[in-house]
Amino acid sequence: MDGIHDMGGTQGWGSVEIDPNEPVFKEDWEARAFALSLASMGVSGTNLDAFRHGLERLHPVDYLSEGYYGRWISTAELLCVDSGILPPGAVAARARVMQGEKVDEPADVETQKPQYERGGAGSLREIEDTPKFEAGQTIRASSLRKSGHTRLPAYVRGRTGTVIARRPAAVLPDSTAHFTGEDPQHVYTVEFDSTELWGEGAEKSKVRIDLFESYMEAA
Amino acid sequence: MTELPRSEDYPSPQIRVEALEALLVERGLVDPNVLDGFINRYVNDVGPMNGAKVVAKAWVDDDYRKRLLADGTEACKELGFGGPQGEHIVVVENTPEMHNMVVCTLCSCYPWPLLGLPPNWYKDPAYRARSVREPRALLKEMGLDLPDSVEITVWDSSAENRYFILPMRPEGTEGLSEDELAKLVSRDAMVGVAQVTAG
Repeated sequence: MDGIHDMGGTQGWGSVEIDPNEPVFKEDWEARAFALSLASMGVSGTNLDAFRHGLERLHPVDYLSEGYYGRWISTAELLCVDSGILPPGAVAARARVMQGEKVDEPADVETQKPQYERGGAGSLREIEDTPKFEAGQTIRASSLRKSGHTRLPAYVRGRTGTVIARRPAAVLPDSTAHFTGEDPQHVYTVEFDSTELWGEGAEKSKVRIDLFESYMEAA
Repeated sequence: MTELPRSEDYPSPQIRVEALEALLVERGLVDPNVLDGFINRYVNDVGPMNGAKVVAKAWVDDDYRKRLLADGTEACKELGFGGPQGEHIVVVENTPEMHNMVVCTLCSCYPWPLLGLPPNWYKDPAYRARSVREPRALLKEMGLDLPDSVEITVWDSSAENRYFILPMRPEGTEGLSEDELAKLVSRDAMVGVAQVTAG
């Protein structure tokens, strides 16, 4: 989907600050949010791709203002509610009760975990399909704009690059995130020249990015 | 699909974390001890010290360096490093002519088994946005001023391959042991926004 998460090449963000003494978690709740988020995928019967899509489904203003682990805890809740593990509003109601408010907590609903077939643990898969592309080949990245989850960032869409390597096949996030099947595909690292991405006058550099086979066409 | 209320109408993330944990524990769906285990692992056991061991070994053992560049996943496994967010590890080597750096523009994918969880700067929208468009200017602002003769390649971790930078060994470290070398290797050098210095 087109959204705030797709940040590559967007402008106006200012500079990057490095804090050399930063702890792993700045506050205890961030550590808890991290651990709960990992657990939420199993509890809700979803997967990593659905979690990443959950982050993208947050309102763009909240995506930025809640910060990294704020986004994670919102997404953990989102997946649990999607799967009927918790009723809508349960987390807010409990939070208000914990803060001393008198609030009715919603009754449980029927669970509806996604039903789909997993081909194994993790994301990598062995597939027998003949690879459509090989190192050295010129390709164009798809210019399709999908409404659902995808790992094809806007900044490479429609751009021409060179395949530099084929990587292990992996489940396609575009379908796995929506539980319509894993559709495992070959994955390639593709190199794009900065002038192809950003026009003449761009800083001279190269970007190498991993693309699923269905994101690519021969050029 | 569920839509959450906007955050201004919603309790703070801190209190929602507590609420979500309580609700899932009550239903027997999560065990707080398991959560403690996840946290303990990434605070104490997994972090840049793992990646630093890989780098130091590659610096002193050229056969290992070759294995590492040929098959990062297997070579890291030799030192006991692998697992979530490290299913397929690709190691790229920085040289005097070519500088490599890593980003994830779409979220913040990062090689957890080697570096632990990403620092804030890696997750900063400015880093995610600018690294692919103006890496040289960005690196300079971050303290790494590369000569124009050095080419820059930015690796955007958009799938499940995790990229790890083998930094250049600094001059003046010829007499150091592998352990001493590992202490010099910074997290930022293994992401490619810094170089290792002799200390």
